[in-house]
Amino acid sequence: MNKPTTTARGVYTIPEERRIGGKAHLALVTRRNAAERRFRAYGIAALGLSLLFLVTLFVTIIGNGASAFRQTYVKLDVNFAADVLDPDGKRDPATLGSANYLTLVRNTLRSQLPDTEGRAALREAQGLISSAANYQLREMVLADPLLVGQTRPVWVLASALVDATLKGGIDRNLPESDRKISDRQLGWLDKLAAEGRIERRFNSVLFTAGDSREPEQAGIWGAVMGSFYTMVVTLALSFPIGVAAAIYLEEFAPRNRWTDLIEVNINNLAAVPSIVYGLLGLAVFINWFGLPRSAPLVGGLVLTLMTLPVIIIASRAALTSVPPSIREAALGMGASKMQTVTHHVLPLALPGMLTGAIIGMSRALGETAPLLMIGMVAFIVDVPTGFTSHATVLPVQIYLWADSPERAFVERTSAAILVLLGFMVAMNALAVILRKRFERRW
Amino acid sequence: MNTAIAQQRAIHQEPVMAAHPQDLAFNATEPAPEGHRTVGLVTVDNPKMSARDVNVHYGDKHAIKHVTIDIGTNEVIAFIGPSGCGKSTFLRCLNRMNDTIDGCRVSGEITLDGHDIYARDLDVVQLRARVGMVFQKPNPFPKSIFDNVAYGPRIHGMVSSKSELEDLVQWALEKAGLWNEVKDRLHQPGTGLSGGQQQRLCIARAISVSPEVILMDEPCSALDPIATAKIEELIDELRANFSIVIVTHSMQQAARVSQRTAYFHLGDLIEVGETEQIFTNPVHKLTEGYITGRFG
Repeated sequence: MNKPTTTARGVYTIPEERRIGGKAHLALVTRRNAAERRFRAYGIAALGLSLLFLVTLFVTIIGNGASAFRQTYVKLDVNFAADVLDPDGKRDPATLGSANYLTLVRNTLRSQLPDTEGRAALREAQGLISSAANYQLREMVLADPLLVGQTRPVWVLASALVDATLKGGIDRNLPESDRKISDRQLGWLDKLAAEGRIERRFNSVLFTAGDSREPEQAGIWGAVMGSFYTMVVTLALSFPIGVAAAIYLEEFAPRNRWTDLIEVNINNLAAVPSIVYGLLGLAVFINWFGLPRSAPLVGGLVLTLMTLPVIIIASRAALTSVPPSIREAALGMGASKMQTVTHHVLPLALPGMLTGAIIGMSRALGETAPLLMIGMVAFIVDVPTGFTSHATVLPVQIYLWADSPERAFVERTSAAILVLLGFMVAMNALAVILRKRFERRW
Repeated sequence: MNTAIAQQRAIHQEPVMAAHPQDLAFNATEPAPEGHRTVGLVTVDNPKMSARDVNVHYGDKHAIKHVTIDIGTNEVIAFIGPSGCGKSTFLRCLNRMNDTIDGCRVSGEITLDGHDIYARDLDVVQLRARVGMVFQKPNPFPKSIFDNVAYGPRIHGMVSSKSELEDLVQWALEKAGLWNEVKDRLHQPGTGLSGGQQQRLCIARAISVSPEVILMDEPCSALDPIATAKIEELIDELRANFSIVIVTHSMQQAARVSQRTAYFHLGDLIEVGETEQIFTNPVHKLTEGYITGRFG
């Protein structure tokens, strides 16, 4: 009795060197500290590497795209000759509208530039300015018929060739046969520059025009509007449906085999490659329902399918994070299940749901593959005016431009990427702000 | 009420006294013998609620075994017992909060004023308004103090005007002994109060709908001794208007606030009796082992 408890091998004493402060223990501590330092170094290295990639990405894109926000304009003294525009002298808008403005442009170029005799020379001279100049002059005349018969200095859009040359995109030192711009054109350019007739201005065309085969006339506004209509459809469908599904699954549905199956499927759907949704949309919405091709409506529906699982998962996570004590408190007060959800749970989960929805939206905004399948990859010049007009979206526009051979589309591609990134950053920032602003802690 | 059962009072007062102190060694993991019958007086003359042969199963687990007990009008009854003995589970049967738990089945009969609360036609929403609940952890809504208390009256349509609501909120807060502390900041969030104030806010919220019974699930376990003392005082005052069932881990608390005490052990209701008797002269050896702190 009263013997101290011992192990089978007797009382155990830790050897001197293995006690705290002993030699073996100190060696262990040294190793442990080294391991900790190493681990921290890995973390910093990983962070540094990812920052490096990010910086590289931004430097490249901004480096390529910044120049696209400025566009070259050429000042020409245009003689709005009455004999070209209005031979009858009646100033009839119909006549003025259908007059041959190309002749006006040619005459102007002939009068302003030396050595423009012959068709080849004239065509080269015409290559200096954008084909949009014709329409610009027509608009001016229609807006103010009194211009006819007068000579006015007009800033017209330079061609993409001139723009690229002046921005350094074309090497002037190459032999003439190796570059797109001829010696004669370079001579004219230098003359115009010397006369102060060349200027670079803010590229408003980029933000107001739809797509075009001519880079200097191409803009992202059509794609932005296409993206806008598509996102409206996506948000209007996926947020209410996703939130309702999440609320039902989380708060009302019984836990059984069927709900488990549904849950597994929702999680799997979130991981399905997006192009599959494009195929599904093509088969269901276009071939079966007969909805129009290339329309934001169908694009929005397809992106809804893609975004729904993301929103459902995020919303369920937001609901789960509402502490059960709140539900108990409400139920214990005699609130019905629905009152509990609408009065207490939903308001608390809403910031999280909105965050999820915004993240889902910004993913949908950047989605390209499924939209290729439903024809939103078409070349569309007009800015879409509704949910069923033909449209493309920003990321598809980037894809289209990146595919174009013209030198000037390179910078425009990067500019479009910058705009898209701007939208993404804005949306994600909104998500962060919402979370910070409305998040409650328990 | 089933009078046959009511009359068959489960008086079972054969002395189960232990011969040697060693036999009292209390084993919290060992259930009472099969077919155990509750010792002591389980019924009262003027019951507010009565439970008859209540069983609760969580899936395969038999969490509450054949519990029969009355809850008297205007009395405080304390449920004590080791962790996991089912006292909270049984408490939650009394306002059907167990309905919200998947896989929980309740059988037997529980009546409130003679009406079966598990009857098909009973509206559980109304039941919970009549049998209020205060939880272990203070759980005010993340709303203002006023809105916390006003929530119940609002959803049950108990007030017809704003001034009526204000009067009711003030009454409830006064009743809960919180009015003087919060009257100047009624529109500040209830979550900004201290733990003890939050718990009293929860009590005010519970009594705002004038329930008949208040269930308290370890209401002081998250509070410091000063806040605990205030709540205990409050419970004593509330007894005048309500029947109160309190689950507690503190035997001193049970002794201080309750008139009757019930001892639960692994799903069995071992013994019920006057609080004084339970603490000074327990009949069953398991009760005695628990109360004297002899854990095996």
